[in-house]
Amino acid sequence: MSLLELAGVTAGYGAFTALWDVALRVERGEAVAVVGPNGAGKTTLLRVISGVLAPRGGTLTFDGAALAGRPAYEVVAHGIAHVPEGRRLFPTLTVADNLKMGAYLATARAHYPESLERVYGMFPVLAERRGQRAGSLSGGEQQMLAIGRALMSRPRLILLDEPSMGLAPVMVLRLFDLIRRVREEGYTILVVEQNVRQVLKLVDRAYLLEVGRVKMDGRAAEMAEQDFVRKAYVGL
Amino acid sequence: MIDPIFLAEAAVNGILLGGILALLALGLNLIFGVIDIVWIAYVDLVMLCMYLVYFLVQVYGWPVWLGGLAAIVFGAALGVAVHLLIISPILGSAPINQLLATGGLLFFLQSFATFLWTTDHRSVRLSLPSLEFGGIFLPLTRVIPFGISILALIGLYLFLTRTFVGTAIRAVSQDREAMALMGANPRRIYVVTSAVGGLMAGLAGALLIFQYSVHPFFGGQFGPLTFMICVLGGLGNMVGAFVASFIMSEIISIAGVVWSTEMGYVIAFVVFIVMIFARPGGILARRG
Repeated sequence: MSLLELAGVTAGYGAFTALWDVALRVERGEAVAVVGPNGAGKTTLLRVISGVLAPRGGTLTFDGAALAGRPAYEVVAHGIAHVPEGRRLFPTLTVADNLKMGAYLATARAHYPESLERVYGMFPVLAERRGQRAGSLSGGEQQMLAIGRALMSRPRLILLDEPSMGLAPVMVLRLFDLIRRVREEGYTILVVEQNVRQVLKLVDRAYLLEVGRVKMDGRAAEMAEQDFVRKAYVGL
Repeated sequence: MIDPIFLAEAAVNGILLGGILALLALGLNLIFGVIDIVWIAYVDLVMLCMYLVYFLVQVYGWPVWLGGLAAIVFGAALGVAVHLLIISPILGSAPINQLLATGGLLFFLQSFATFLWTTDHRSVRLSLPSLEFGGIFLPLTRVIPFGISILALIGLYLFLTRTFVGTAIRAVSQDREAMALMGANPRRIYVVTSAVGGLMAGLAGALLIFQYSVHPFFGGQFGPLTFMICVLGGLGNMVGAFVASFIMSEIISIAGVVWSTEMGYVIAFVVFIVMIFARPGGILARRG
């Protein structure tokens, strides 16, 4: 059984339907990407998985539990951590307090000191800046903090929404290295990215989403080879 | 020419009053900062708590500390009740509706108190000695409440900065959805915030009843002032509200000695109006 399995998921806002009959699965230990153009429904997909947006129909199973329509604060307790689009840090709280909030769940609170040590070990710059306001960090540091905050809940699946958005090209490469390290720590990752070329090097499998529908899916290496994908998204 | 001793005494009294105003302002400001609603009837909840202490201590002969404790518990319960019965059902509606609803509560509570207890002024008088420093007399009935409010404010500060729930309250005020992604149910955080705000109203009531007499329109005496302090400090800005409490209390206290109590309020209101134009974001707001 897959760790995460979506079947027939339809979702939208008001009269607008952003996702049509989406099926997707993520196995334990896997890294999976969802790529596609702007407005394809990638962010909506992650919002549905993490419970920010209730789907109109379909099933969403995580580790055997049916989570479709459950509120976000319940979904995270099942082990899904969502690093949202635009990072959504608490800007006037310190770096340390942002990480503390990542461990808000009762189960995470019990392991707070060791989780903190682990995150500081992975992102030493966060330890250096622990007393600084989150809003005063650079874009790359803010993205590290957002990922670190998600790790504090001791998740089994991490959802990353456009982690490279708004970062300088040099920082984008460093960020992908960091995500690779998070992966090597044994976390399962579902990542949404515009930066198709980079992300396909990082993940095992990928889904191509277009106007709310899954257009194609397969091994990342094979996807990168496809003429259609290369022309449209990789820019080669 | 006014005797400098009187001025010094007024300045010290201003500080003592400021401590209690800060309690009121921070309670109201906490709720606004997190839930984004101004409880127009906040000081009317204080009024109810004052009546409670009056009856428990003066009529039923409870010890003062126990009456105060009861007011704190009662205040917290009132805060939760106001949130669950009035605010929560209309959280998603237009802000003006929420303002009107808590405004309606104000009229209800005033009429309710008049109906039950008439318009008599009631007070609890304690005969405590005064301290004297170089000719300045400080009645303990004002010094002790000041000390307790400062301790309570330190307690509030530690709660908001050191605990998981307190930090979550500050986090929700910045980004409710992100805090839900951390596993906090925002509705529950709102209830806790309302309880803390109500608790501070209860404590303020327990401290005020020993200095002021309570009557059904007590809210009119401190309500507008509390609201002005919050605006002056910047709505939702806790440090700003703390500083603004002492600015306003000093103006009222010193102008009250130099001219009259009424003039003190007139000057405080004028300062408020001028500051609203000069620094609309509050005294501590960053420019630009």
